[in-house]
Amino acid sequence: MSVSHAHALYHHGHSVVHRMAPHLKIVAAFGFVLAVVITPREAAWAFGAYLAGVIAVAVLTRLRPGFLLSRLVVILPFLVAAGTLPFIEGGAAWHGLSVEGLWDLWNVAAKSSLGAMGSILLASTTEAPDVVRGLETLRLPRSLTAIMGFMVRYLDVVAGEMARMRLAMRSRGYRPRWLGEVGALARAIGSLFVRSYERGERVYRAMLSRGFAGRMPVEAVSPSSARAVAMSLAVPVAAFCVAAAAMWSR
Amino acid sequence: MSEPTIAVEGLGFAYPDGTVALRGVDLHVHPGERVALLGPNGAGKTSLVLHLNGIHLPQQGSVRVSGIELTAQTASEVRRRVGLVFQDPDDQLFMPTVRRDVAFGPLNLGLDRDEVARRVEAALAAVEITDLADRPPNHLSLGQRRRASIAGVLAMEPEVMVLDEPTSNLDPTTRRELASLLLRLQVTLLVVTHDLPFALEVCERSVIIDSGQIMADGPTRRLLSDGTLMAAHRLELPYGMALR
Repeated sequence: MSVSHAHALYHHGHSVVHRMAPHLKIVAAFGFVLAVVITPREAAWAFGAYLAGVIAVAVLTRLRPGFLLSRLVVILPFLVAAGTLPFIEGGAAWHGLSVEGLWDLWNVAAKSSLGAMGSILLASTTEAPDVVRGLETLRLPRSLTAIMGFMVRYLDVVAGEMARMRLAMRSRGYRPRWLGEVGALARAIGSLFVRSYERGERVYRAMLSRGFAGRMPVEAVSPSSARAVAMSLAVPVAAFCVAAAAMWSR
Repeated sequence: MSEPTIAVEGLGFAYPDGTVALRGVDLHVHPGERVALLGPNGAGKTSLVLHLNGIHLPQQGSVRVSGIELTAQTASEVRRRVGLVFQDPDDQLFMPTVRRDVAFGPLNLGLDRDEVARRVEAALAAVEITDLADRPPNHLSLGQRRRASIAGVLAMEPEVMVLDEPTSNLDPTTRRELASLLLRLQVTLLVVTHDLPFALEVCERSVIIDSGQIMADGPTRRLLSDGTLMAAHRLELPYGMALR
């Protein structure tokens, strides 16, 4: 009954980016994504500058390029959907493809891959519980962060239970490849839901017994140094400068 | 004699479906005592334990903790005095790191930050897991998680600590280490267990509960060596073990 010891998105390391306070990294990644989104699609040079920024941070964190690229797969469905745009949009045509559609495809592809790279850099240098902690520091409502925290905490537990149930099913001759046996899997998922629900009740009891009265306690936050704040703000500030220049030069 | 930490008198309790779990239970635990609560499955052990922490309220009879009568109004006061260590550490360790989990109880007590930090350090040191403080609970072994859940309860500085099946699923070495840890801690203990050798090692006194009633109460060694009593309540020493 082994549990995964690190989430697939996290890349263990001790770089300066790894050590940065989580809430500063969240602000930096969010600011970067915002700047990318507001950049006019025609300013190709600006996207080049963003990419250079992403590569610089990736080098700082000592991520392998393969790590970053393989996790970009997550945006493939969006790209496939956007890939239809040059065929279905109207207006001026280029080799039979809609020019407006091609611009839209470029827009979606460039912005989604840059946005995803920013998020991957955040996730690969910050462990999931720390991301939640960072959101707490940023004063997200305590009940929201508590729900996220529980999700992060119990994902492995529930996944472990699911893995044990599948093992138990297979050891009694269940062959998951057979479509006809999908019903058994559905029932297993149903009982997993009931088990998780019951666990929720037990966790709540355990919380009550340690004095929980409906509000998650607020913990101390150590203040960040001016240097750390400046360093983390460098990324979004630079990105906003690029975005402003791109808009101005239109 | 001193005022009992736990005084249960004529406690009766039935679940909403009509199942009667407790029928007139009387139990006293005095400061500094280590008591084992023994009994077969379905005897009412867990129902009794959930009363001690105010999660169930008495339907008949009364529960007093350090002189405070358990009612809906006093439940939080009672919880502050009785620390419950649940059977599955995964139910108890719900915070992202061990340190934050141990701090959960003291923060709920409304203590100031310095006092919370002091209690957390003391509790982690008492169960010897200071080096694991910043690890997420799901990265720990079962024995380490058990220690972490005990630390979470110790940090509340309860007057009595109640452990539900503390040795379940532990390997023999971890189990022995847990026994010596519990013997070292200077707290009043009520240990719910099926593990009779563990009860013998840790608790000088045992109480046998069956069908929702207290059937015997006395020195652990005497109860465990009474073959007739043990057999009547589906309790058995491990193969090859005999007491005299």
